[in-house]
Amino acid sequence: MGEKFDYEKLGLKVGLEIHRQLDTKKLFSPVPSELNDKVDFTFQRRLRPTMSELGEIDPAALEEFKKGRVYVYEGNYELTDLVYMDEEPPHMPDEEALRVALQIAYLLNATPVDEVHFMRKIVIDGSNVSGFQRTAIIATDGKVETPWGTVGIPTICLEEDACRIVERKDKEVIYRIDRLGIPLIEISTTPNIHHPEQAKVVAKFIGDALRATRKVKRGLGTIRQDLNISIEGGARVEIKGVQELDMIPLIIEREVERQLNLLEIRDELRRRGVKPEDIREEFYDVTDIFQNTGSKIIARAIKKGGRVLAIKLPKFRGLIGREIQPGRRLGTEFADRAKKYVPGIFHIDELPNYGISQEEVNAVIERLGLGEEDAFVLVAAEEETAKRALREVIKRAREAIEGVPEETRRALPDGNTQYMRPLPGKARMYPETDIPPIPLSDELKEEIRANLPELPQARVERYVKEFKLDRSMAQTLVDDERDELFETLVEMGVKPSLAASVLVVVLKGLRKEVPIENITDEHIKEAFRLFLEGKIAKEAFEEIFKELALHPEKSPKQIAEEKGLTLLSEEEVERIVDEVIQQNIEVVREKGMGAMGLIMGRAMAKLRGRADGKLVSQIVRRKLQELSS
Amino acid sequence: MRVEEFLRERGIGVGDYVRIIKQEGNKEIIYEGIVMPPYELSSGETLVIKLDNGYNIGVALGKIKAIEVLEKAKVKPEVHFKALIEGKPELPNVTIIGTGGTIASRIDYETGAVHPAFTAEELAKAVPEIFEMANITPKLLMNILSEDMRPEYWVKIAHEVAKALNSGDAGVIVAHGTDTMGYTSAALSFMLRDLSKPVVLVGAQRSSDRPSSDAAMNLICSVRMALSDAAEVMVVMHGETGDTYCLAHRGTKVRKMHTSRRDAFRSINDVPIAKVWPDRVEFLRDDYRRRSEGEVWVDDKLDERVALVKVYPGMSPEIIDFLVDRRYRGIVVEGTGLGHTPSGLIPTIERAVQEGVAVCMTSQCLYGRVNLNVYSTGRKLLKAGVIPCEDMLPETAYVKLMWVLGHTDDLNEVRRMMLTSYAGEITPYTRFDTFLR
Repeated sequence: MGEKFDYEKLGLKVGLEIHRQLDTKKLFSPVPSELNDKVDFTFQRRLRPTMSELGEIDPAALEEFKKGRVYVYEGNYELTDLVYMDEEPPHMPDEEALRVALQIAYLLNATPVDEVHFMRKIVIDGSNVSGFQRTAIIATDGKVETPWGTVGIPTICLEEDACRIVERKDKEVIYRIDRLGIPLIEISTTPNIHHPEQAKVVAKFIGDALRATRKVKRGLGTIRQDLNISIEGGARVEIKGVQELDMIPLIIEREVERQLNLLEIRDELRRRGVKPEDIREEFYDVTDIFQNTGSKIIARAIKKGGRVLAIKLPKFRGLIGREIQPGRRLGTEFADRAKKYVPGIFHIDELPNYGISQEEVNAVIERLGLGEEDAFVLVAAEEETAKRALREVIKRAREAIEGVPEETRRALPDGNTQYMRPLPGKARMYPETDIPPIPLSDELKEEIRANLPELPQARVERYVKEFKLDRSMAQTLVDDERDELFETLVEMGVKPSLAASVLVVVLKGLRKEVPIENITDEHIKEAFRLFLEGKIAKEAFEEIFKELALHPEKSPKQIAEEKGLTLLSEEEVERIVDEVIQQNIEVVREKGMGAMGLIMGRAMAKLRGRADGKLVSQIVRRKLQELSS
Repeated sequence: MRVEEFLRERGIGVGDYVRIIKQEGNKEIIYEGIVMPPYELSSGETLVIKLDNGYNIGVALGKIKAIEVLEKAKVKPEVHFKALIEGKPELPNVTIIGTGGTIASRIDYETGAVHPAFTAEELAKAVPEIFEMANITPKLLMNILSEDMRPEYWVKIAHEVAKALNSGDAGVIVAHGTDTMGYTSAALSFMLRDLSKPVVLVGAQRSSDRPSSDAAMNLICSVRMALSDAAEVMVVMHGETGDTYCLAHRGTKVRKMHTSRRDAFRSINDVPIAKVWPDRVEFLRDDYRRRSEGEVWVDDKLDERVALVKVYPGMSPEIIDFLVDRRYRGIVVEGTGLGHTPSGLIPTIERAVQEGVAVCMTSQCLYGRVNLNVYSTGRKLLKAGVIPCEDMLPETAYVKLMWVLGHTDDLNEVRRMMLTSYAGEITPYTRFDTFLR
């Protein structure tokens, strides 16, 4: 096996939730689905929790509202409208988005519903201006076959993307509304994925089906993969925002590792005989101990009028410093929870360090009356803030005695994860009464099923057969999502082998040197148009793309002209060939046609990139023949 | 087969938890969920169920191979809300009169049903802020759509308002649908005589079941205004798209100027009375009527035989003739520009006046003042006996003409009254800063 863990024995369960933006108009009004940093106007709103049937208001939501939190929205006249300012009722859903959703449903072996009902899912963090997200189930009962067994796709939903967050302040959150309303496909699987690699296979299959439609957005932020992971005895942890497919197995492995280590810590704590209620909410003011501290952080906090508060964590000594993921300790999890209030915490297992001396540590131990196995955590901040931060630590420490807490975590670039928030409660949903139910007729379903797009793997095969492309080249074209552009170029009359090699070899080669993501499909098409019109040689592509990546505001034509890459006319080529012959007239007279190689070489030195080699050789041959006859 | 019949035949009720086997091609799909009430706009051939994940979906009746009730609907415990909650002696009293439209609501997340909330307890839960400002007495007077409002209801509302004010309220709030709120505010402005306290009309442009509703803030600001020093009939609604402040508009000079925006209500040809924040009032002018002692009384004589007619190119004179023949007693014309009609209408208007019908001229420009002296058509209309209504809103003129005709038959007296400003409906001169703002 050679694997780190025996996943079957550990009872690993993984479920995926994949969100991807569709490249259509916005879902409920025909506004372009684009992002733009231009801000034309802002407005400010509050979201008030609503009352349930029993006359109750969600206490958490009410608490949030009472804090007086205000949401500021930044808008752009072109990329938003009254619908997305919640100032106009929604239009009917974008037909194209609905059709794409149905295509995806069939590609994932799912069965569409007979009538689509859009719902309002209450979301009061401000990310939706209305206070709810509109979402509907399009299909159910899909499945993916994998070598480890079948994985179910219970639901395929079509919904609106939320606003982009710009800044989160204490009482104010700033959002940009251009992203709000971009259609999102949400695909969730059953939690019966039992191996990290299996999760990747499932995600790849779903990703392929999405891309097959050629109507999904590409690039950063357009795809969001969430993982739900648990092991036997552990807990369900939701990991948000996995961008790359290849990271999925690593993230799962790391989460399994984390849960196993947390369970070990729990067992050790239980062995030591500590119970959650033993951790008491008692704050010790130890500011005096740190009056002359070498810790800059603490000294600065005290100077600003803050206090140093400590809490006692009985029987935790040695465990707070224990590693649970590479480079992350139980103490890191404490700190993540406290982060809402303070930048960091100090715990006994890492001290003396950070300018805190052994004497200071000893003094704290003495003040708190700590036994050999007992630990402390301290925080330096304004008194109330410090208490809030320590309460979070107490809560997390109590959870450590119970085992693994259920929570939502954020994926970090190295495969580790970090605490984000508690798991969301059950969604509160009710019908979107401004949109009538949308029947899906058998005719429509049949039409879509009969015209399903080609899956990416079939496309690779077709390129090999139809265009005689090298298989790995074809695969790269499809994997890099350059296939659509490739076909357009071929339709324009570019030879398939040239189109493929420029898109794969030339562009990929430049990736290390320049930011090639600045080069748009339009740029590439225009460059090829210049080539087809005989204005540039194929050798010029590299130079043009390099410049485009650095200056995307320029046009390929402009660059070709600036860099002298435009092809010379036949007359100009002839003139230069004549010049070269005259400069070497002795040799020509002597060798006749035998001077072909030399003249060609000297001529090309002047003409490379500005004339087609074939044309130059024709002219040289003709001229030499004329001279030698 | 209609869904109601389908359910009845199988003894299935709304709210039952069912398992459905659906045949789609050669695939069988199993759904489990709660049977939802049939949709108003549905074809009737689809059964809607709520799945365990909270989503609703529709299943075509023709594809249902089997359906089985797993659990009968549970009888919901009825929740009772107190109609009154104990007052605090130090706080002033404010009555909120409900006429329809909701300022607060309860949502049943199971069925999706939205119930208007109008008991004191429900209001206190939904908008607790107002109970810290005043002792609130909600009173549901009627429950109609704003477009179904009628002059007789204006009278009913006016009496209810007067009753509350005369029994010691500091101010009264009328919760009203937004479509015709401007008409009702104008009607109350003319009918409530010797007004000594604030009367505030309030509504919402976004339904109160959503977290982003403007209802709560409008209500809070309207209570603030009802406690203020302004003894006027006012409309209090959002002043801008954001939840920052509301504007208090004079009841005779306000108009809904947008189909959907929160800040749809604008003062036309006039400056709003005040800017209202949830915690304070900033008066924008000094000429408002001040709070005083004394009882308000209702002058409720209205003659409903009045029509509001908009003229347009190609309009046939028959339309005016029809109204005269049907014994209408007043016509408010929404003329073009400075107050004109197609020339062809002038003889019919002349005939109308001769038969004792009061014909009043307003402008479909809404902004600005009519002036019938500038062009010959105007002069001819004047000669025909048309009453030029200065800068009065057409809707306000329509309501006012009903009220005026309730008091007199004499066309000269009608003219005199129409041109007298009783409730700020006519401004003496046109301010520069009152256009499109």
